[in-house]
Amino acid sequence: MSDNRFYDSPIEEVAPGNTFLDSNELVLNMGPQHPSTHGVLRVILKLDGEKVNGIECVIGYLHRGIEKVAEHRTWAQFGPFVDRLDYTAAVSNSLGYCLAVEKLLGVEVPKRAQYLRVILTELCRLASHQVWLGTHVLDIGAVTPLFYAFRDREDILNVFEKYCGARLTTHAFRIGGCRWDAYAGFAEQVLHICDDLGPKIDEYRDLITGNRIWLQRTKNVGVISAEDCIAYGITGPVLRGSGVEWDLRKKQPYSSYEDFDFDIPIGTAGDTFDRYVVRVEEMHQSIRIIRQATEGLMEGPIIAKVPKVIKPPVGEVYVSIEAPKGELGFFLVSNGSAMPYRVRVRPPSFINLQALEKMAKGSLVADVVAIIGTLDIVLGEVDR
Amino acid sequence: MPEVPDGNPPNPVPAQAATTPAAAPAAAPKPVPQPWDCELVQQLKNSYGSGIHDAATFAGQNYLVVDRAVCHDVLLYLYQQLGYTSLTDLTAVHYPKDELPFEMVWILFSMAANERVRVKARFADGESAPTVTDRWVGANWMEREVYDMFGIRFTGHPDLRRILMPDEWTGHPLRKDYDPHKQDEVWVRKNLGIESGQ
Repeated sequence: MSDNRFYDSPIEEVAPGNTFLDSNELVLNMGPQHPSTHGVLRVILKLDGEKVNGIECVIGYLHRGIEKVAEHRTWAQFGPFVDRLDYTAAVSNSLGYCLAVEKLLGVEVPKRAQYLRVILTELCRLASHQVWLGTHVLDIGAVTPLFYAFRDREDILNVFEKYCGARLTTHAFRIGGCRWDAYAGFAEQVLHICDDLGPKIDEYRDLITGNRIWLQRTKNVGVISAEDCIAYGITGPVLRGSGVEWDLRKKQPYSSYEDFDFDIPIGTAGDTFDRYVVRVEEMHQSIRIIRQATEGLMEGPIIAKVPKVIKPPVGEVYVSIEAPKGELGFFLVSNGSAMPYRVRVRPPSFINLQALEKMAKGSLVADVVAIIGTLDIVLGEVDR
Repeated sequence: MPEVPDGNPPNPVPAQAATTPAAAPAAAPKPVPQPWDCELVQQLKNSYGSGIHDAATFAGQNYLVVDRAVCHDVLLYLYQQLGYTSLTDLTAVHYPKDELPFEMVWILFSMAANERVRVKARFADGESAPTVTDRWVGANWMEREVYDMFGIRFTGHPDLRRILMPDEWTGHPLRKDYDPHKQDEVWVRKNLGIESGQ
């Protein structure tokens, strides 16, 4: 851009605060076009040599006004839009929104649909964690795991494609249940992934965990305590990495999660390494859940009877799910009409990203990349 | 271009079932807010009296409607005395036809009790809401977003700037009177070099 204000303006205008710079300090602008920011995140770093003395995030480059769009669509029409929030975990977003509208409507989803939803959502968690693993490890300098992770993610995307025709923005669920039933051979294919992926996750672990460079780059990097996590509102694997055993699937079960046996992996140190261990272990737990749900998948209807024109009663609900990134919440306000009066998305990435400043201040500039990776943000969700 | 819905949900009346088809699954009665009465509400009523306008349960979720004068105190009371240590979310809803058009909503959460509560308070247009960044640092960006989208200012906020929209943007997009196709044309022309953002 020719008339970019960051080149044209004096530094005092673009750098935050007048006292931003000491004599030895320099400002480094990272992003919004930078491969390690995982999207269009701009980070302004205040550096003293290699040391980060200050950090500020600039977000909003991907703002599409999804909450405004919701007010001008019907309840059902808004369904596909939520897939564009966290686009690496579109199925989770869809589940969160559908559950919230169903809560407002007071609709009970058939058991088969609940199980189908669990299978697809957990597959989606695996796919999301594989994107995280591949890119996070790549940022730190290991190239091979990216190809392993994306190779195996392909199997999961193939299931989505066969189930609903789309691989990324799936719009897998509808208000009241699922649009499609499991295709012929669905269970076999999913169970095959379960059998196949477990050893492959161990393979990722063998590649990464004991590696000295990996340990040096992640141990004691980006440490955040449990108290700070709670003060920042952080949820998901980042919170669990700091030793808080908290998972909405367990604590406030939705969509039949209470039927399944699984553990909540937690860390102790709250550093980048612990969060890595937590997420990798979560992948194993997801496989456990998928296996139980697939084997227990019963016959029955896949969608509840929902009126063609959805007009929820006047009122408000807040419903949240444990998305791969953390607690994804939908606060819906209905005025009884066919369109939402207000939809507020509680985006886990947005709220987790806020702690970047806390985690990265005082660290080395190379660690900023590791910390952005370990927060596992998706800018589609941060900016909405 | 569908018209903007402008109903006022805070005092809900059950929607008429007459319009729903007979085959609709709505065998279950549509949910209506029930009064919420428990020890917590009593404690708050003892402490704040008429500052607590309403306490109700809707679809199994509890909420409090409080006066804007005491909302900050109620939130801190919930934090300090009743263990609602997490601020899950903070947002606003715009009811342009009401005398106090902006409703702030704080969603608090107690990990120990595994309970959520929503606290709501109404504010006039142009009026400032109290910040809760003094208690929850994580409220910083959420309040910036509310300021960005609704134009509600927060007294005591350390860094109240726009967050999602460009800094120089005029207007607050999530207000009901902001047309979804509306642009800050001056900004678009200057920064993008085109006549319209469409």
